[in-house]
Amino acid sequence: MENTPAVEMIGITKRFSGVAANEGVDFTASWGELHALIGENGAGKSTLMNLLYGLHIPDSGEIKVGGDSVRIADPRDAIALGIGMVHQHFMLIPAFTALENIVLGAETAKLGLTDFRAAEAKVLATGERFGLRVDLHKKVADLSVSAQQKVEILKALYRDARILILDEPTSVLAPQEAESLFEMLRRMVAEGMCVILISHKLNDVISYADRVTVLRRGRVVASLETGQTCPEELTRMMVGEDVPTAEPQKASVVGEGAVLKVRDLSVRGRSGRALDSVSFDIRPGEVLGVAGVDGNGQRELAEALVGLTRSTGTITLGGVDISGMSVRGRLEQGMAYVPEDRRFALAPDFSILDNSILGFHRGFAYHGILDLDEMVERADELIGRNDIRASGPGAPVKSLSGGNRQKLVLGRALIGEPTILIACQPTMGLDVHATAEIHRRLLAECTRGAGVLLISYDLDEILALSHRVLVMYQGRVAGVLTREEASREKVGAMMLGAKA
Amino acid sequence: MRRIISGPAFALLAAFGLGAMAIWVSGGNPITSFGAMFAGAFGSGPTVAETLVKSVPLIITGLAVALGLRAGLFNIGVEGQLLVGGLCAAYVGYAVKLPAVVHLPLCIVCGMIGGAAWGLLPGFLRAKRGVHEVITTIMMNYIAFYLTHYLVTNPLKDATTMAPQTPEALSSAWLPAFGGLHAGILLALICLAGYAFVMGRGVFGYEVKVVGKAPDAARAAGISVTGTLVRAMLISGALAGLAGAVEVLGVHHKFYDQFSPGYGFDSIAVAFLGGGSALGTGLSALLFGALRNGAVGMQLATDTPREIVTIIQAIIIVMAGTKFVKNSSGSGGGADDPL
Amino acid sequence: MIHFDAELLNSTLRLATPLILAALGGVLCERSGVVNIALEGMMLAGAFFGMLGSYWTGNPWVGMLLGAAAGGAFGLVHAFLTQRMKLNHIVSGVALNIFALGLTTYLLRKLFMHAGGSPPVNGLPMWNLPGLGEQNPLTELALAGTLLMTPFLWRTPQGLRLRAVGENPEAALAAGIRVGRVRFAAVIAGGLLGGLSGVYLSLGQLNMFAEGMSGGRGFIALAAVIFGRWTPLGAAGAALFFGFFDALQMRLQGQTVGGVVIPSEFMLMLPYLLTIVALAGFAGKAVAPAALGNDEATASN
Repeated sequence: MENTPAVEMIGITKRFSGVAANEGVDFTASWGELHALIGENGAGKSTLMNLLYGLHIPDSGEIKVGGDSVRIADPRDAIALGIGMVHQHFMLIPAFTALENIVLGAETAKLGLTDFRAAEAKVLATGERFGLRVDLHKKVADLSVSAQQKVEILKALYRDARILILDEPTSVLAPQEAESLFEMLRRMVAEGMCVILISHKLNDVISYADRVTVLRRGRVVASLETGQTCPEELTRMMVGEDVPTAEPQKASVVGEGAVLKVRDLSVRGRSGRALDSVSFDIRPGEVLGVAGVDGNGQRELAEALVGLTRSTGTITLGGVDISGMSVRGRLEQGMAYVPEDRRFALAPDFSILDNSILGFHRGFAYHGILDLDEMVERADELIGRNDIRASGPGAPVKSLSGGNRQKLVLGRALIGEPTILIACQPTMGLDVHATAEIHRRLLAECTRGAGVLLISYDLDEILALSHRVLVMYQGRVAGVLTREEASREKVGAMMLGAKA
Repeated sequence: MRRIISGPAFALLAAFGLGAMAIWVSGGNPITSFGAMFAGAFGSGPTVAETLVKSVPLIITGLAVALGLRAGLFNIGVEGQLLVGGLCAAYVGYAVKLPAVVHLPLCIVCGMIGGAAWGLLPGFLRAKRGVHEVITTIMMNYIAFYLTHYLVTNPLKDATTMAPQTPEALSSAWLPAFGGLHAGILLALICLAGYAFVMGRGVFGYEVKVVGKAPDAARAAGISVTGTLVRAMLISGALAGLAGAVEVLGVHHKFYDQFSPGYGFDSIAVAFLGGGSALGTGLSALLFGALRNGAVGMQLATDTPREIVTIIQAIIIVMAGTKFVKNSSGSGGGADDPL
Repeated sequence: MIHFDAELLNSTLRLATPLILAALGGVLCERSGVVNIALEGMMLAGAFFGMLGSYWTGNPWVGMLLGAAAGGAFGLVHAFLTQRMKLNHIVSGVALNIFALGLTTYLLRKLFMHAGGSPPVNGLPMWNLPGLGEQNPLTELALAGTLLMTPFLWRTPQGLRLRAVGENPEAALAAGIRVGRVRFAAVIAGGLLGGLSGVYLSLGQLNMFAEGMSGGRGFIALAAVIFGRWTPLGAAGAALFFGFFDALQMRLQGQTVGGVVIPSEFMLMLPYLLTIVALAGFAGKAVAPAALGNDEATASN
């Protein structure tokens, strides 16, 4: 392994409206090295890499690439220096073909016209080298998530990137897909490239990376060889204290019967069925986890249950058929919803006061006029009960931290003691403490006797909380496993289409 | 308090500053020009009354635009809705014989229905099919323009004159007048109060605001986004139609072709400057009423053309619009925002 | 009866020319993700300053350049307001339209002491084109532009970048494209075309400027952009179609078709009505550039 540094970032500080995202960060990654960058959500990993890719400009500090001090003002500079980046949210144009996406911004022209033929030859050769095969003439919108990721990687390689940054690349993949991604990355490293991997999956980091740098609250805590550490130590470094590693206590008693009965639920998608004849029950006090690679019908399932999407089939909640009901009818019937997309949860421009009655606002109205006193009472109650850190009920929701917002969303959903809770990615983007708190609240609902449908792309979260695991693949139920049957390997295989 | 005032105040200052520069660059004297404008708007009892009369349609149409904006709708179609409303009111005003207690309210209601009807299609297409209302309302403006033009030059034309206009409405349909004013000003005040109350305390206002600022959250909260959008557009159109009816029944007593000097477009500046609140809308409508009225006097007294007001208005829209209307954010945009 | 003769074709082409030019400008602008309802104002400014250039110098070509520059200046302001000041594209467009109306009428009054119209000025000469006969050079430009813009947008790197910026500015930025620069260029180019379409009105048709002479044609051009699904050929085709109806409407004034008089107002409404129908039909299908009106990525560069 060579040891000349490919990237040196020295004393990097970056603030966003006064808040430091990176503070005096030193970071070094070498050629021929797979370097993992880990830390909690909000620790500043993505910011640091966005600085390296020129999406932000550091307030102070120095960046060296291949030993030379450089100024990276925008992605063009980074690309010229041989840096490529695969963002967590892909930077692709759905309406363009894979090839158009790859050459965009790095086109070669013949007589003023784009030379797609030469580009295709180059892309195919690169793909051959690292085992990246994608249908180049398909529109990106029609490609699977893992194929889109390959397009992103090809895009960087087409620009002759020697330093490749990947931001949480495995979060959208099934375990087996992740494995083959890592094999490919190792091949790149073997050819002398420098690969920087942002991740929060510590086992992957230990297994595949050469070195790891840990960030906490914008500062570097440690940078060490992966061979000399273990997941427990890394967790401690990330969080800054010992975290109870024990799984949260599951509700002991799962009741009889079903609070929610779903039969043949189907949703029409762009091509074919996005949700295809899904049936399941949830018993009182039970967490049913829905596992699957992003985009296999989970979102449609949640939206069909809540009534945001038109669907066929029957949904029975507490013995009442709610299939034909509007969203409002279902909420009134005892359903609560924590949406994956936070835009569905809160109106960020409005105050906590206005948001705390959202969805229940008609209950605060007399003859069409809102009762301000009752609203304030409710807001105070939510703030108090859920330990929401805010300057008061009049504070706009956008001033709250992600954790506090999610506490508000969950608290508001639970205040009416729902019989079923549809929780989608409830801990996405939250730090360890907020995540633990949300998990505790979910399980408390079970103890109360409510049913919980937990949709998450984080298999570890599903396995930690669920009594049963429902695996989705291409809009269908690939199988339902009990907690005991549900091993990572088995669920992972089913996420890719294997039968139970 | 400071935040409320600083935004619009700055917009006004900048607009008048740039307007003064434009007058100066084109060889006029901004001080005497604005002085003459002020005199033309507030110089005497009758001019003040005329300023108020000119403000009435601006208050009502300003509220029409403001309500739309709160719901996330940009109703550029106020001009067309006003024309249709005005024509409906004029038609019922001359074609139906009734005692005044019934006739006047009927005319007003018909004007509102006409305006609402003209807002219905854009509202429906936006809510149900995601078609952006800006394009459809612009198109509806031109359709209204040609339609009313056809009607007042053909079937509804006053046969006794060459002018393209309807016959005069029966006096039972006239808005009562007093001292250079007419009762439309009361209607405008009622609209202001109603708007303030509904947007401040009403469930409808709450739902409108959530739909306008966070449509996805509204949906997940069980608020009917399509219903709210259609209703908001209907009310916005009804207000525009009311403004047309008030102009016809209070000022002209008939509908003549192109009777609106562009109230529907002034209303956009009024609403922006007013920042969506009732008080702000009322004040900025007064300002624009004064500008429009004073500009006529200014043009007579100085050699500054009255279109300086139009220029100032454009600058106000830019200055006030920067804060008031946000660009669509996030990726995709999707069917909600396909403009 | 209607006779489809050379004269009808000619007047179609005459009436469609400003629509085609402005629609092509609209396609460029909107393909880059910037909503352009300011076409009407660009057209009006182009018409006025085209007249003014010819009035001052006696040379219509100078007028043409000045008119195009005025449209381009409006484009520059639109790009500045939307990209740098983050003003909503529609608000900026509304303001520019109102500004154009105010400015041109103000200057008309100030310079010529008369609000209705300008004195007559020298118009553009006609060029003889094989196959098309005597045509205004701007008509020829419009037809050439229509044919060239498709390969430009779909076959050249610049066209690919322009469309990329309109589809997903964040992705374009990450691919190393200067999003702001591309949008400025597209909007200014669109403004130039809008200005030229106005020049056609004042120096190609009437040889004078009349107050508010664009008369909604900018919005018809916008309708043509939508109707043509944001493609140059489609937009120009729609513009020709609208131009044809305008010509037909003039031909039919006072005449009967099968014993019925069709009021010209209804013919004039047609472009607007058809656009609403077309929009309702497109609903739910992604035909517009995906990031039209979205400025997220241009904040940082």
